[in-house]
Amino acid sequence: MTGFLGALPGAISQGLIWGIMAIGVYITYKILDIADLTVDGSFCTGGAVFVMLFQGGVNVWLAMLAALLAGMLAGLATGLLHTVCGIPAILAGILTQLGLYSVNMAIMNFLASVSLSITQNEVLEKLLVSLRFVGRAGINGEYPLWRHPIIVVGLFTAALIAILYWFFGTELGAALRATGSNPNMARAQGIDTNWTKVLGLVVSNGMVALSGALLCQYNGSNEINVGRGAIVIGLASVIIGEVLLGKVFRNFALKLLSVSIGAIIYYTVITAVLKMGLNPNYLKLLTALVVAIFLTIPYWKDKYFTKAVKPARKGDKANA
Amino acid sequence: MLDVKNICKTFNPGTVNEKTALRGVSLHLDDGDFVTVIGGNGAGKSTLLNAVAGVWPVDSGSISIGGVDVTHLPEHKRARHIGRVFQDPMMGTAATMQIEENMALAARRGRSRTLRRGITRDERDHYREMLKILDLGLEDRLTSKVGLLSGGQRQALTLLMATLQKPQLLLLDEHTAALDPKTAAKVLDATERIVQKDHLTTLMITHNMKDAIVHGNRLIMMYEGNIALDISGEDKKKLTVEDLLAKFGQATGSDEADDKLLLG
Repeated sequence: MTGFLGALPGAISQGLIWGIMAIGVYITYKILDIADLTVDGSFCTGGAVFVMLFQGGVNVWLAMLAALLAGMLAGLATGLLHTVCGIPAILAGILTQLGLYSVNMAIMNFLASVSLSITQNEVLEKLLVSLRFVGRAGINGEYPLWRHPIIVVGLFTAALIAILYWFFGTELGAALRATGSNPNMARAQGIDTNWTKVLGLVVSNGMVALSGALLCQYNGSNEINVGRGAIVIGLASVIIGEVLLGKVFRNFALKLLSVSIGAIIYYTVITAVLKMGLNPNYLKLLTALVVAIFLTIPYWKDKYFTKAVKPARKGDKANA
Repeated sequence: MLDVKNICKTFNPGTVNEKTALRGVSLHLDDGDFVTVIGGNGAGKSTLLNAVAGVWPVDSGSISIGGVDVTHLPEHKRARHIGRVFQDPMMGTAATMQIEENMALAARRGRSRTLRRGITRDERDHYREMLKILDLGLEDRLTSKVGLLSGGQRQALTLLMATLQKPQLLLLDEHTAALDPKTAAKVLDATERIVQKDHLTTLMITHNMKDAIVHGNRLIMMYEGNIALDISGEDKKKLTVEDLLAKFGQATGSDEADDKLLLG
C-alpha cells in the first residue's frame, strides 16, 4: 500500500500527460465522430521531433512547438487521405500510422530509442517536466514546488482546455461540431465538411504530438514504440471520464476536464495493478479488455435493459 | 430564378441496380414562384430536388440559380443560394447542439466561418423573436439540445433555419410527411406564412394532392423521371383532385396512376 501511495504522484503526472493525448482523441472520436488511428504514430512523432531538436540545442518551447506542428502534419496526411482520396477514415488513420513508423525512425536517426541526459543538471533544468522532479520538487524540496509535474502539466492542461473551449465556441469551431453531429445538415448550411474534418484531425493530432513531447521529457527518452496502443488509452480515458462524470459535467470545458481526469484514473488503476504484481506485459491486454467492457455496457444497456418507450399522450404539448 | 435544363441522372450505372431517375428534366421558376411537386414513388421528385441542391453531380444538363451556373458547384457552395428542409426531421438539425447554436449555424450560411464568436448576444435576442413566430414555446428553450425536441418542432426549426438568411430558392422535400396530421398542418401553415412574407421562390414536394392544389401558384407532376404535368395561373386555382387524376391519365396515357399517387 505504501508502495502504491508513493507511486501515486508519478501516476497522476503520467495520467495528466496522457490526458492531453486523450483530449485529442476526444476531438476526433466524440466531436467529429471519427475513430482516428493516426494517434498511435503521431504520439511518437511528437516525442521524436522534440528529442532530436532538444538534443540539438533548440529551446524547449520551440522544440515543443515543432512537435505540435509535426503532429498537425500527420493529422493533415490522414485528413487528405480521407477527404481527397476518399479512403474510409479508419483506414486512412491506419495508413498514416503505418507510414509514420518509418518517418519516426528517420527522425530519430534510425535509433529505436533516443535518450536525454537528464542526469546532467543543466539539461534537467531546461526541461518542463521530468520524473526526476516528482520526488524532489516540493515546499522544502530540492526544486521549487511549481516544478512538480502535476502542477506544470496541470497548468498546461488548463491552458489547452481554455484554448479549445474558446475555439469550439467560434464560428469555425461550431462548424466542426456540426460536422460531427450531422454532416448532411452541415453541408446544407454551407459548411465544407471535408475541410472541417481535416481541420479536426489536424488539431487533434497536434494535441497528441504535444502530449508525446511532454512524455518524452518526463521519461527522459523517446522510444519508437511509445505510442503503440495510444488510441486505446485515449478511448479508455474518454469513456472513463464520461461514465464517471458525464452526468455532472455538462459544460464543454468540464467535459474536456473529465477526459483528463479519466486518464488520471486510468493511470492510477494501472499503477495499482502493477504494484499488486501483474506482469507489465499483460497491461495491453488489460487495457483492451477494460475498453471493450466499457464500450459494451451502454450497448447492452440499450439492447437488453431498456423499458418499452411510453406512447405519447394525446394532446401532449411537447409533441405539437 | 431557377433554370434547370435537360438534366439526367442514372444511379448505379452498369449494374443490376441501375436506375434512371431523371430523364432530361427542364424546369424554369420565376422569382417568387411557389411550385408544388407531386408524383408517385420513384417518379424522381426527390432526385430533382437533390440535383438542384447538389447532393451529387448530374450526368448531363445544367442548373443555374439567379443567373449563376451552379452545375459544377459542390453542395456546400450551393447552400449560399438554397434553403432546405428534408423529409426526415432528424436530417435538418444538429441534435447534439443547442437550438440557438443551430440557428447561428444557419444564419452564417453562405458566409465564410472565421474565429469570431459562434453566436452573439444580439443574435440571441433576434432568434428568440423569430422562434416566437413558430408559436411552439421554443423561444424559452434557446439553450436546449435540439435532440430533445419532437419531430414537428425540429421540422419547424429547420424551416426557420432555412429561411433565416433569405434564400434565393427554398427546397422542401416532403417536409411534413413524417409528422402527425395536426403537426403537419401547423408546419405547413408556418411554411405558407414564411414563403408569403419573404416572397420566397419555393419548390415543395408533397405526397398530399390536396396540399399541392391549395398551396403555391403552380403545380408540377412527375412521372418516370420527367415532368408529366405543369399547371399554373387560373387553371391551378380551379384545380380539383379529380381533374388532376384525369389530366395525369391523358398526359401519360396510363391509368395506373390513381392508386399509386393517392397512396404513394
